[in-house]
Amino acid sequence: MSAATAPQAANTAGAVMAAASQSPARLAVRRFLARPAAVAGLVVVLFFIIVAAFAPWIAPFDPIKTSWTMIRKAPSWAHWMGTDENGRDVLSRIVFGARASMTAGVISVTIATSVGVPIGLLAGFAGGKTDMIIGRLVDAMLASPFLILAIALAAFLGPSLQNAMIAIGITATPIFVRVSRAATIDAATNDYVEAARALGNPPWRVAVRHVLPNIIPPVMVQATLAIAGAIIAEASLSFLGLGQQPPAPSWGSMLNSAQRFLTQAPWLAVFPGAAIFLVVLSFNLVGDGLRDALDPRAK
Amino acid sequence: MTLPGKRPLLLLAALAATLAATPPPAAAQTTLRIGLADDPDALDPTLSRTYVGRIVFAGLCDKLFDIDAKLNVVPQLATGYEYADPTTLLIKLRPGVTFHDGEKFDSAAVKFTLERHQTMQGSTRRGEISAVERIETPDPLTVKLILKSPSSPLIVQFADRSGMIVSPKAAIAAGADFGKHPVCTGPFKFAERVPQDRIVLERFDGYWNAKAIALNRVVYRPIVDATVRLANLQAGAIDFGERFQPSDVPEIRNDPKLVLVQNAGLGFQSILFNHKNGTGPRTPMMTDARVRQAFALSIDRTVINQVVYGGIHTPNAHFVPPSSPFYSDEVKAPARDVARARALLAEAGVKTPYTVELMLANNPDLRQAGEVIQSMAAEAGFDVKLRSTEFVTALQASDKGDYEMFLIGWSGRADPDGNVYSFVHTGPPNLNAAGYSNAQVDSWLEEARRVSAVPERRALYTKVALQLLRDLPRMYLYTPNNIFAMSTRVKGFVPVPDGMVRLHGMSIAP
Amino acid sequence: MRGHLGVRFAQVIPTLLLVSIMVFCLQQLMPGDPALVLAGEERDPVVLEQIRHELRLDQPLVMQYFHWITNVLQGDLGFSWRIRQPVTELVATKLPVTLQLASMAFVIAVCIGVPMGVLSAVKKNTFWDYLANGIGLAGLSTPNFWLGIMLILLVSVNLGWLPPSGYVPLTEDWRQSLATTIMPAFVLGNAISAVLMRHTRSAMLTALQQDYVRTARAKGLSEWLVVIKHALRNALVPVVTLGALELGTLLSGAVLTEQVFSIPGFGKMIVDAVFNRDYPVVQGVVLVTATVYVMLNLLADVLYVLINPRLRGA
Repeated sequence: MSAATAPQAANTAGAVMAAASQSPARLAVRRFLARPAAVAGLVVVLFFIIVAAFAPWIAPFDPIKTSWTMIRKAPSWAHWMGTDENGRDVLSRIVFGARASMTAGVISVTIATSVGVPIGLLAGFAGGKTDMIIGRLVDAMLASPFLILAIALAAFLGPSLQNAMIAIGITATPIFVRVSRAATIDAATNDYVEAARALGNPPWRVAVRHVLPNIIPPVMVQATLAIAGAIIAEASLSFLGLGQQPPAPSWGSMLNSAQRFLTQAPWLAVFPGAAIFLVVLSFNLVGDGLRDALDPRAK
Repeated sequence: MTLPGKRPLLLLAALAATLAATPPPAAAQTTLRIGLADDPDALDPTLSRTYVGRIVFAGLCDKLFDIDAKLNVVPQLATGYEYADPTTLLIKLRPGVTFHDGEKFDSAAVKFTLERHQTMQGSTRRGEISAVERIETPDPLTVKLILKSPSSPLIVQFADRSGMIVSPKAAIAAGADFGKHPVCTGPFKFAERVPQDRIVLERFDGYWNAKAIALNRVVYRPIVDATVRLANLQAGAIDFGERFQPSDVPEIRNDPKLVLVQNAGLGFQSILFNHKNGTGPRTPMMTDARVRQAFALSIDRTVINQVVYGGIHTPNAHFVPPSSPFYSDEVKAPARDVARARALLAEAGVKTPYTVELMLANNPDLRQAGEVIQSMAAEAGFDVKLRSTEFVTALQASDKGDYEMFLIGWSGRADPDGNVYSFVHTGPPNLNAAGYSNAQVDSWLEEARRVSAVPERRALYTKVALQLLRDLPRMYLYTPNNIFAMSTRVKGFVPVPDGMVRLHGMSIAP
Repeated sequence: MRGHLGVRFAQVIPTLLLVSIMVFCLQQLMPGDPALVLAGEERDPVVLEQIRHELRLDQPLVMQYFHWITNVLQGDLGFSWRIRQPVTELVATKLPVTLQLASMAFVIAVCIGVPMGVLSAVKKNTFWDYLANGIGLAGLSTPNFWLGIMLILLVSVNLGWLPPSGYVPLTEDWRQSLATTIMPAFVLGNAISAVLMRHTRSAMLTALQQDYVRTARAKGLSEWLVVIKHALRNALVPVVTLGALELGTLLSGAVLTEQVFSIPGFGKMIVDAVFNRDYPVVQGVVLVTATVYVMLNLLADVLYVLINPRLRGA
């Protein structure tokens, strides 16, 4: 997922940056709001954030409360999404599962940006050998299958939601190195950066004061799209049993247990997947909207 | 203009076609195709480590003895045995038996094989026959084993891989590669093996018991995924499958072309409690039997079996399966009693909710079992944290003692000694991962090795089991069932608790 | 530009070396002693020691790596510890399965993605454009494994049209083979088709503005003829080139898809190998995948230069 969006993001990164430097943020917001799909995406994202934050008040039942008399009951008025293999309410588990997905998405991407952006900045600004070494490392990481890397890392750290987030964050880092490096090189050739350098400002100061602000828009776009990828990655790891630990719900691990009862209780597989789909789609819509808002020429 | 992306793709597809497996030869009418749950390792009785390997050996290599459905030891290559004294075992051999290579089967071959088990590099049989001091051959049809100490479980070892006699001539010639072309005395001889794809055996015309064999060929096909194994069976690509999952049972039952066969196995599923193993801090769970008893009282075995396994397995608090002559009705766990569990926790001075950790391997059914245990224990005041890790990580943690409770099973042995001795007898932690040690239990277990009468041994194992129910180094949960499924065309399969597929008497209709 | 290609070529070796070192270090950090998997149920300490020695697990990491990389340079990827078969042989038996899947997925992706991209470019900013975009985005947002599960549920369980899982080789029975691979190939192709659709759309938008298209239009050719004969032909080249890059993603995407459909390919092999600590297999498979990925990248670069006259002149 992230790998699929990477080349595009890298391609447009420079252009996005250039556009952003010309137009104020307000214009971008207006452009974003003019796109109904992006706004709809944003609304759904906000909805899931609220669901995740207020899960205990929203969920109709305790998500880990088992009931041996209510095993694998089909959706009904009492249980809108039915009950699972331990007689737990699926809707409540979906609601609490939003927490795992949203935090996994946001935190792993935070890790990836906070590691990747400084490295990309360094590579782009320093150039030469530093750039070359970083470039090879990034190539090597991107050449290894993303999921295998994440599986190996998650296995190494031990299965837990927290470790899955770290594993996803690390594997998502190289894309941010690439994006911010490209934007940095682009910005560094701008007249005002050269002027700032000529005035004798130390390199770190030029980097932080003049270059960093210019790489924010492309990184923002990439981050939004990466959250979508990270949510799928968390679900994948949980699906393989390397994410959220039982009995706490995660959409991925719910799908994992659902696979055993596909013929007997199909609703167990339908709802968690639909939730993942909806959230990921919304993040993608927001990401696309952001890209268009920050770079009108890409349209 | 050509499409640059296409050409390599077509090339790759062509490559794919040429590299894919060649089609198997057309099946003769008396060919039985068996779907296995794994690909066996080396087909050498001395080196073999896997359960699935034993299933193939059941067609390939006869043993000195066999076990029947009631777990009695019955003759096979041997006609009988007797103890001249407690440390001298005399085994009488069957006359007129030949190996697949035409060599004569005699006491020298038995001596050769047993010494191979004892000395060969990488032998996994060494431990099984460690009681044997030396082997003598008074005449071609008599083997005399001099034992280091009396050992009643020894005879059952000869009803498994330790008792599979190989052709000395072939074994010497092949050396460590014997497993690539094994030569034994079984009803079928080795024909071909394509790793990960199939093992083919063909009828051995010189078999001593040829009239019991109706099949001409047996093809074993490893199909690891149970669902896929079942799909292959339904599609007619195999005729017989072993080790299906309890969740497959409804589908097998609903298919009119299939027959479900199941019986209680030899193994057990259990919760292992750490006692003294490892260097971590000692928790009340480790030091106070009352805490463990409280935990055990909070668990209802039937609920686990019903909720997770659809009632397929057999709840059991004994390490001996109910099918065994060594099983005793006396070994019953007290019924679930939450109030009593709470009282025991209070007596032990443990504050509730008391947090304990249950480690388990990362399989969907085990995770669900963990959730069920967690939910039941919660009512008695336990806050069970589940630690689900990959199996190999869990094994390492258990060997190091880095765990509190561990949901772990054992595939089981025909003699009760193999289900209990190394797990609870004072000793190294490779199997006694609880670090449990009780002098009284040790002496009962040692005595059960010395005496050979079934009633006496049963009484001793019953004493051990009752003591274990009090000390709880392990809480035995249930005896897993063996689940087989076969086409209605297959006849004559007799399930034995060891889960092997004995080909004697089996036939397949066209 | 030839210089650029030379640099790219020279980068391949260090990149692959780095991949191998990374994988080697990572697996050494992973918990769980490989010998424990191999020693059988009894885990006899003597046998454990023997296995560790046999597999060189008792040697320092640097020595193990040196030994391994020396063999790799001679074309020997080592032996699988668990299956006891040469890794090259395993790769040779498993790769065709995944490649069959990947080729089928790619064909499906082209069949869906390209027409949709053309449609949305030609009907830019209309309902059709939005619809095609929406479908593409939806495809990109669906978790592979969930789509797989849903297809099994619908097509196999409810309709009973296709087998739910398993695999039959092409050479054994091509009908059965297609029946067992069409659903997983669709699942894999789905995500790629969205990417192809986006590439096609932007390439078509560029092509439609070129002089030769204007000329063709001026000559009075029908609009569809212009689109198909002139614009698409030129747009397709970069699309397929970029699409080839997605094959690398396919290999990775196959991991979960093969798991869901129980297809004995590359992806399933590597997950089993990681879980069983069969390191030679993990190393071998990652190295092969990375090589394929890097080579495809290189190929895309070369093709780009070859087909893009402006770049060639530079």
